[in-house]
Amino acid sequence: MRNAFAFACGLVFAIGLGVGGMTQPAKIVGFLDVSGHWDPTLVFVLAGAVGSYMLAYRWIRRKRHPVFAMRFQIPRTSVIDTRLVLGSAIFGVGWGIGGFCPGPAITSFASGQMAPVVFALSMLAGVALFDLTPLGALPLGARWQPGKARESAPGAAASAPTDA
Amino acid sequence: MELSTILISLLGGVLLGLSSAALLLFNGKIAGISGIVGGLLRPVPEEWGWRAWYVGGLLAGGVLVYALHPSAFAIQVHRSLPLLIAAGLLVGFGARLGSGCTSGHGICGLSRFSARSWVATAVFTATGALAVFVLNHLGGGL
Repeated sequence: MRNAFAFACGLVFAIGLGVGGMTQPAKIVGFLDVSGHWDPTLVFVLAGAVGSYMLAYRWIRRKRHPVFAMRFQIPRTSVIDTRLVLGSAIFGVGWGIGGFCPGPAITSFASGQMAPVVFALSMLAGVALFDLTPLGALPLGARWQPGKARESAPGAAASAPTDA
Repeated sequence: MELSTILISLLGGVLLGLSSAALLLFNGKIAGISGIVGGLLRPVPEEWGWRAWYVGGLLAGGVLVYALHPSAFAIQVHRSLPLLIAAGLLVGFGARLGSGCTSGHGICGLSRFSARSWVATAVFTATGALAVFVLNHLGGGL
């Protein structure tokens, strides 16, 4: 049942990306092009997404556990570290160049066009490359500290696997 | 921008929000695509299956959108092959290093008022704008 719902969520997410125009790199680059012909599409998509998720989240968090799982796996870390900032900075550069982020890249695979296919395969290579670094060997989402293998808080890595 | 474009963009966004909320409600998971994809390459037993099904759903949704409305995949930004490869590598690596992307930090994180996600979103929007500025206005689009 969890798998069926995961599939359905992925399906609706892809449709949402297509409807919102997020599978068109021109919309992303247009949004980021603040000194050119600025395209506000992404602002409305984000407003719709954040608005609905925010309302739903308030309601969902009142539940003791998810319908098909024992507990909610929501990141609890609030530390702003170098890893977060540096990773996001690197991500942003690639996002601006290609006009794709991970969701649209995978969804656009379906169109079979060269740009999204090359981008998505390179993206997977980038993820694999990360896993080869010392950071990649850490439990998902754990904070890296020199000389420390993993986050010290017991169970922190298990309860907060990753932000995303 | 026409009102119809605004409304359809909002509708697309609501679908993204509801889909992400449903994943939390039913499976207890944050809908972070880079995390889901990353988990496929680093399999954890019990976690691999739903991630594979989720990515399968994304692909199936892509096929559906392509069948009904192929222009949703219009590519009007033309980047050279080396730039596309570099962009993909940066997005994959950066999202894993920063523990999230536009879905996990952008949609779920902003909605939860996560300080980390607000910082991440501000940073990747800023560096994205910088990259576009350099490419489009200094580099001639390359």
